[in-house]
Amino acid sequence: MGERLIELRNIAKSYGRVFAVGGVNFHVDRGEVVGLIGDNGAGKSTLIKMLSGAIRPTSGEILVRGEAASNWDAARSRAAGIETVFQDRALCVQQSIIRNIFLGRELTGALGWLRSKRERAEAERLMREIGFTSKVFSPDSIVGQLSGGERQGVALARAIYNKADLIVMDEPTTALSLTETEKVFRFVRAVRASGRSVLFIGHNIHHVFDISERFVVMDRGRVALTATKEEIGSAERLIAVMERLAHPQGIEVPGGSGHGREAA
Amino acid sequence: MSVSMEPLEVTVRPVERPPENALRRVVDRNRAPLGTLAVFVVMIAIFMAASPSVFLRWPIYESVLVTLPVALCLVAPLVFVVTVGEIDLSFPATMGFSAWTFALVVHAGLSPFLGIAAALVTGMLLGACVGALVVTANLSSLIATLGMNYMLRGLILIATQGKSIPLLDLQDTTAGALFSSEFLGVPAQTFWALAFVVFAGLLFNRHRFGARVKAVGDNPDSAALMGVNVARIRIWTFVFMGLGAALAGVFSTMVNFTWWPTTGDGYLLPAIASVFVGGTPTWGGVGTIAGGAIGALIVSFIQSGIVAAGLSGFYVQFFNGLIIILALLGHRWNQKRYR
Repeated sequence: MGERLIELRNIAKSYGRVFAVGGVNFHVDRGEVVGLIGDNGAGKSTLIKMLSGAIRPTSGEILVRGEAASNWDAARSRAAGIETVFQDRALCVQQSIIRNIFLGRELTGALGWLRSKRERAEAERLMREIGFTSKVFSPDSIVGQLSGGERQGVALARAIYNKADLIVMDEPTTALSLTETEKVFRFVRAVRASGRSVLFIGHNIHHVFDISERFVVMDRGRVALTATKEEIGSAERLIAVMERLAHPQGIEVPGGSGHGREAA
Repeated sequence: MSVSMEPLEVTVRPVERPPENALRRVVDRNRAPLGTLAVFVVMIAIFMAASPSVFLRWPIYESVLVTLPVALCLVAPLVFVVTVGEIDLSFPATMGFSAWTFALVVHAGLSPFLGIAAALVTGMLLGACVGALVVTANLSSLIATLGMNYMLRGLILIATQGKSIPLLDLQDTTAGALFSSEFLGVPAQTFWALAFVVFAGLLFNRHRFGARVKAVGDNPDSAALMGVNVARIRIWTFVFMGLGAALAGVFSTMVNFTWWPTTGDGYLLPAIASVFVGGTPTWGGVGTIAGGAIGALIVSFIQSGIVAAGLSGFYVQFFNGLIIILALLGHRWNQKRYR
């Protein structure tokens, strides 16, 4: 594997006495697609919110390219090359496509005045790049006028601008049609082909299995399993693992290695 | 294979949005200010028909232009505050307080320009206090700014014992010439206020600050997730409101060359009405500076217009309310809210 892009060391997040995530080791290397799966309440969302800087871990360390990050927040996460496509897409629906793509990262000239022409050209290029073009909407269209898939396109366009090293996608295929899902898959493959990494979170195990090379299975706030695609073998076996986690009577991990792997 | 098990979904999207042409786009993106302009034109037409002898001659317009600059300085920044999802009821006291600093500096014999600078700094500092109170202490801006309005006005009254400060010497100074004279029969303040409105409009539509104000008002969670410092943006809108209030305070003091302890009091409801008559919705995320300016024009005109049209002063409040309600109904029909 390539360079270690981001690493979470013994990361925990608690709300009062309740641990949403308790002491997790987790990493993403350059150029890999990692699938993060687990039941509702397993801690996936908390984990990626800590990655994206939306929430601060209660304890533990975040390392970006081997260096410890301090004062981790959303702006720093983005500056470090991590883009997150949130489940609700984190769009401002009354604003234009341009304004959403450049939200928090406006292209400005002297004194903070917007460089509107450049923003528009860049937005057009991005929308074309990921195949979300249409005669019925322009970069000036209001996001609230768009369909779910089109809105997803805006969120994806925002994520690939700036050539982020890691794109975190929180359930990107939920509530999308088949063709729209295929577009998301094509997007992930294109990102992977350009040597960048994707962290793919999903409930549909088949989707996650198809697209990812390595899997991290979370269960009740901990990493229950880390395994490569070869070690798992098939989506059906991954589902079997999930089922055994849900009904824990002697967990046998098919081909994988348990908790210890990450710490090594 | 899982994929083949899902039902094949063929989406045939009807072309519901017609291809855009330039004119249509301009009209579409400026629905609110254009609607407000229409209200204004209709209102003036009615006034002209009712009383042509008054409304086809200049003096009535000149009298409106005396108070309009003050209103414009308040309405433009208030659009920012409403768009970011807050409200400010403390600007009348901020206006009085900043103008007080101006009056004190001038009364002490110092340069009026120094006085203006002091007023602007005072206004921005008070705005920052109000913003910090609302944002940092997480108070409802409706109530917190109401409290601040009473408190600041109270401070003024306690300190001055209700006495005004005459500044008649201002008349012969450079500042007096710049801000109190007439140019082509129009009060000079009109041009300064228009310049401020244009600046505010550019800030709103062509600057990072305006873009973030709209984003925060639209969806503060999304903005925060994208690395926008939501608290800072909210506080800065209150600072900008303080700047506008200070400017309004200086202007209103320079109309009569006297500072009154009540300076600013009469502008609270007209300024707020102007923002909404102008087409800025109450829910945040979108707003219009041009609409707000035309809204201020409408609200300023009602008062002089009703009386000049031959109705007694008792009708003013009724027609004030009627115009506000009709304008709101018009905008409700005109604007779409996206979620």
